[in-house]
Amino acid sequence: MRFYILLSLNALTVASLYFLVASGFSLIFGLLRTVNMAHGAFYLLGAYVGYDIASYTGSWLLGLAGAAVAVAAVGLVMHLTLLRTLSGDELRQALVTIGFAIVVGDLLLARYGGITYQFAPPEILYGTTPMPVIRGYPTIRLVVIASALLVGLGLWLLIHRTRLGMLIRAGVDDRDILSAMGFNVQRVLVLVFALGAGLAGLAGVIGGSALSVSPGEDARFLLSSLVVVIIGGMGSLAGAALGALLIGFAEQFGLAFIPNYATLLTFLLMVAVLAVRPQGLLGRG
Amino acid sequence: MTPMPQQLLRHPVLWLALAGLAFPLIAGEFWVGTVAARVLIIGTMALSLTFLTSSAGLVSFAQAGVAGVAGYTLALLSPNITGVGMAVPWPLAVGAALVMGTLAGLLVGWVSVRSSGIYLLMITLAMSVSLFYLVSQNTEIFNGFDGINGLKPPELFGMDLRAPIPFYGMALAAAVLSAAAVMHLDRTPFGLQLHALRNAPRRVAALGFSTTLLRIAAFGIAGLIASVGGVLNTWFSGQMSPGAVDVHAAVNLLVVAVLGGIRHPLGAFLGAAAFVLLENYAASVIDRERFNLVIGAVFIVIVLFAKDGLIGLIQQLRAQIKPAWTGVCAKSGRKAV
Repeated sequence: MRFYILLSLNALTVASLYFLVASGFSLIFGLLRTVNMAHGAFYLLGAYVGYDIASYTGSWLLGLAGAAVAVAAVGLVMHLTLLRTLSGDELRQALVTIGFAIVVGDLLLARYGGITYQFAPPEILYGTTPMPVIRGYPTIRLVVIASALLVGLGLWLLIHRTRLGMLIRAGVDDRDILSAMGFNVQRVLVLVFALGAGLAGLAGVIGGSALSVSPGEDARFLLSSLVVVIIGGMGSLAGAALGALLIGFAEQFGLAFIPNYATLLTFLLMVAVLAVRPQGLLGRG
Repeated sequence: MTPMPQQLLRHPVLWLALAGLAFPLIAGEFWVGTVAARVLIIGTMALSLTFLTSSAGLVSFAQAGVAGVAGYTLALLSPNITGVGMAVPWPLAVGAALVMGTLAGLLVGWVSVRSSGIYLLMITLAMSVSLFYLVSQNTEIFNGFDGINGLKPPELFGMDLRAPIPFYGMALAAAVLSAAAVMHLDRTPFGLQLHALRNAPRRVAALGFSTTLLRIAAFGIAGLIASVGGVLNTWFSGQMSPGAVDVHAAVNLLVVAVLGGIRHPLGAFLGAAAFVLLENYAASVIDRERFNLVIGAVFIVIVLFAKDGLIGLIQQLRAQIKPAWTGVCAKSGRKAV
């Protein structure tokens, strides 16, 4: 019993992390129709920048905020310089973000090397939280789950309860009409891209604290984002949550019971969804 | 209808073959056995992607993974120093590798059959990386992260295919045959159906063709070509490890194809040449370790400013230098038919 609860909590932690990364990816895709292949690089960039800020100032929270802002700025620059000129050509946009990801990944490798970094989160987040039945669970993992819930709630409120959210939803449905009605669509696109990139940076610090930071994490989280939105549905917040949960549980239970073939479980899940609903479980169209 | 000599002379694959045959005469052993052989191998793998894109309009990230399936099959069925799999006579091992690679290509096509454009890109990338995690986590069959080492090309009629020149010859033959096959396929009814599928899938379906089967077949052929490259690559590097199917391998193949020009079969080889040369010369321009920075930047520039890659640039240049020349050639070509 204890084993299953622990396993489920682990799966929930991983799912939360995947949701944090994939929500930005999905948000960007939903409105801009851009597959941001540099999303994994943004995650890694956030983790490193957050680590630098946190170790320089001694404040983990500052690192968290700084990483989100820095990565949002980088995303902004990428959108304005590289993606805008290719507006409407989705495939070339995806290719350009791949090139950007290669460059960023290599610059990070040059700056930080191949070693693994370990965050030092504040004392309160260190250690374990006592819980019934399983006795205790690492606090930092509970923080991951809580932050995923917070970010999910925040995004939901933003999209469904604010003026910007209204514009985003209208833009997802029909960008041209929104523009024709006199709204500055370009500004909304830029904001959403920065927001999505910032979320990846934020996830970098949270994920880096719960796990660790090393080269190669960018590919891992790009893949997880891809699979999450393929399964959950493109551009859907609820879809990203559902996809992340399915992948998280499939991965952790797979690793526990069939360690040699764990990836096949994720793969089969993806194949099954594609066969029945190519647009993803909660995707539209 | 036999092609006129004039037409034959302008056939790109002939140029590839001639350039390939002439190269060992002017270059040293290092350039032939290490650099040029690598260009041909990467080019063959990238050709499988170029074929998919130029004929059927499909962009796949899975070709490195498909080549990897062939590579792993070959490695497991060949004598190796890791002590996994079981050794069978090499023609059998190569045959099995090609079959498994083709099946992997068919599987990719079958799974992604309802997706296109960027969705296809994402799904094939996800499949490719799934393969990477499978082989790196699986210690039972694939020996996990260390992979399978100590593989050697066989001897053929007393000729050691390990030696630089014979190995180069084998790679050249594979590349030329694959390129010729792709060019030829383009003119067959099947090739026309693929073109139609690219341009108007609905009309193809309305005409009574099975778009599903067409797509899966295209992926199968691309899988076979990728497998040829995969087999050569495994012999070339003497080992098969998850590194050959990781996300960088998948991205590199796409970079090569786009760099050279993804709409033309020869673009794959041009891109491979540019890629390998950059890799060798990045060392002298900046730090050897920073090759990825250079290739990433070059890739961005190509995507932004040269839609059809290096081949497109060359064609533009030719048209600009001698606008009349291309026109005359096209006219005389028509007369010859």
